[in-house]
Amino acid sequence: MSPMLEAAFIAGLLGAMMRMATPIIFATLGEIISERAGVLNLGIEGIMLMGAMTGFLVTLLSGSLWIGVLAAALVGMALALLMAFLSVYLGLSQHVSGLGITLFSTGLAMFVYRLQVGSPTVPPTVEPFKQITIPVLSSLPVIGPGLFRQYALTYVAWLLVPVISILLYKTRIGLKIRTVGESPVVADTVGVNVNLTRTLCLVAGGALMGVGGSFLTLAHQNMFLMDVIGGRGWVAIAMVIFGNWDPLKGTLGALIFGFLDGLQLRLQGLGFKIPFHIFLMIPYLLTIVALIGVSRKATVPAGLLKPYRREEKTG
Amino acid sequence: MIRFRLAKRAPLPGWARILIPVAAVVVTLILSAIPILVAGGHLLESYYALFFGALGTRFNLLETLIKMSPLLLTGLAVAFAFRAKFWNIGAEGQLMAGALMATTLGLSLKGVPPFLVLPMIMVSGFLAGGLWAAIPALLKTKLKVDDVVSTLLLNYVMIHIMGALLFGPLQQPGSSWPRSSEIIEAAKYPILAPRSRFHLGVLIAVAAVFVIWFINKKTVFGYQAKAVGVNVRVAHFGGINTTSVILWTALISGGLAGLAGVGELCALQYRLIMDISPGYGYSGIVIAMLGNLHPVGVLFSSLFFSVIIVGAQTMSRMTGVPSYIAEVIQGMALMVMLVFLLFTEYKLKVVRKS
Repeated sequence: MSPMLEAAFIAGLLGAMMRMATPIIFATLGEIISERAGVLNLGIEGIMLMGAMTGFLVTLLSGSLWIGVLAAALVGMALALLMAFLSVYLGLSQHVSGLGITLFSTGLAMFVYRLQVGSPTVPPTVEPFKQITIPVLSSLPVIGPGLFRQYALTYVAWLLVPVISILLYKTRIGLKIRTVGESPVVADTVGVNVNLTRTLCLVAGGALMGVGGSFLTLAHQNMFLMDVIGGRGWVAIAMVIFGNWDPLKGTLGALIFGFLDGLQLRLQGLGFKIPFHIFLMIPYLLTIVALIGVSRKATVPAGLLKPYRREEKTG
Repeated sequence: MIRFRLAKRAPLPGWARILIPVAAVVVTLILSAIPILVAGGHLLESYYALFFGALGTRFNLLETLIKMSPLLLTGLAVAFAFRAKFWNIGAEGQLMAGALMATTLGLSLKGVPPFLVLPMIMVSGFLAGGLWAAIPALLKTKLKVDDVVSTLLLNYVMIHIMGALLFGPLQQPGSSWPRSSEIIEAAKYPILAPRSRFHLGVLIAVAAVFVIWFINKKTVFGYQAKAVGVNVRVAHFGGINTTSVILWTALISGGLAGLAGVGELCALQYRLIMDISPGYGYSGIVIAMLGNLHPVGVLFSSLFFSVIIVGAQTMSRMTGVPSYIAEVIQGMALMVMLVFLLFTEYKLKVVRKS
């Protein structure tokens, strides 16, 4: 390749990496907040799909992308609240309630979409978000055009990484959240409302998951397809483990996944004689490999998966 | 101020354990009125269409039983795994592994005596699903990789393996669609009732109920799997080889899902397509929970689900309510059942505080 083409390839690859990582970053951050408070939210895949569907539909009806994003956040919060009711207040198995939320939301997303849109031969589209070019930075050689010509939501995702890190590690609220996730009994003893904290964390996480989903239908693509999430919620769950429940490391994982996803898109475009499904498989396979690498020394929040009932002194 | 607290209750009598799933089904059907009304459907008409479509004629009834076959197998697969706390969310991929194996053999076993073809396909399909499930079981027991995540991710890996093969070596010559050629006659499940698609697979699925019941209740392995499910550490210190129990659990669980894939391929589709499963593996999770992880419970809950899925098609045609309502009802059924199960162990206590 000539140097010119090479630069264009790198810029394209970096851009794709940032784009493909964005929904995973949102979802990973949302899941980290929930799990740090002690609740594994397996509703994530369904919540993202509902976010993608709601964001799209509301934008289609209202004409405003940001109202769509807001609606996606709200629907994510509502579903997370349902998750909190089942897993926190009723203390049901987090595994099963989360899967229940995912199955319910998946059905609901397809049902509502069909109801509103019907089944036209050409699916409706919206005018998606435009990329915003950051002056000066975007003219940096090699990396500039790739990293600093992105969608607003991508910048928001990046902004959230330090914000949530600081929130978790440097504030009283973060201390409360982590205590609730590590040892609900201790948290309760010092007067932290365990169930309320868990609920609020789930709801905040749900909002991020919903927005992450909406990125896929409002920026990455401009239409809603039933398989638009394609396991990205589960990838986020894997990234939480990969990042050892740390927002920064989780984001790094999301970025690697985004890179692989972007790479496979580029490689498809280069026209190899290999079925493109081989490329599609790579990010999922490598996610599993990454898990193998970290799982032995993972430090799971000690209160994860355990419902807290004061009378029973669990956790 | 009045507060609610959950308190343990005395164990319920046996009849209550049967009554509770029935009550959950009734409540789910009542709640289904909400999406029906939202979709502008007439309630009585919609429920009538639902049940008539599933049970109203001989043909409809047989179609419902046909639909039950894969759901029963994936439901058993999940229930068997969950009982040992092996979180197998990968029945979808294991089903595809079975279907993929059935396709490969169904296209290639041309010189083999016909009476051997189906048994070979079924055993291989079972093994394919079982081995695909053994991967996350190995990762769990040897490397502590979370089984929920790995089984889920492997579903996507399997989808793409299937895609790669259907766009590659397995693609029907001359076709531009991702589909295989048709399997040979000897590889097709026999049809058991004239003028219908009612096939051997339904009986296999029902037979599996008894096999799993037998393993659970009458074998040492069934007892060990239960012990691992209740508390893996205690089971380990009690002298049970927990690694081997989880591996065998995965093998059988995945095998059942693989058989579901064999059935879909050899009884209904006759050729591999990308949409070989409309989410049977995921429905299996709900079915297993609704059946309280008991094989007979799974039998009834898979019947309930097939009624909903087949009936929703008719309802959709007659009243315009989107057939995706079947998925909504499935999700609601799971959550209702969860809440009902909770109240078999707990009761709500009203605490008055001043």
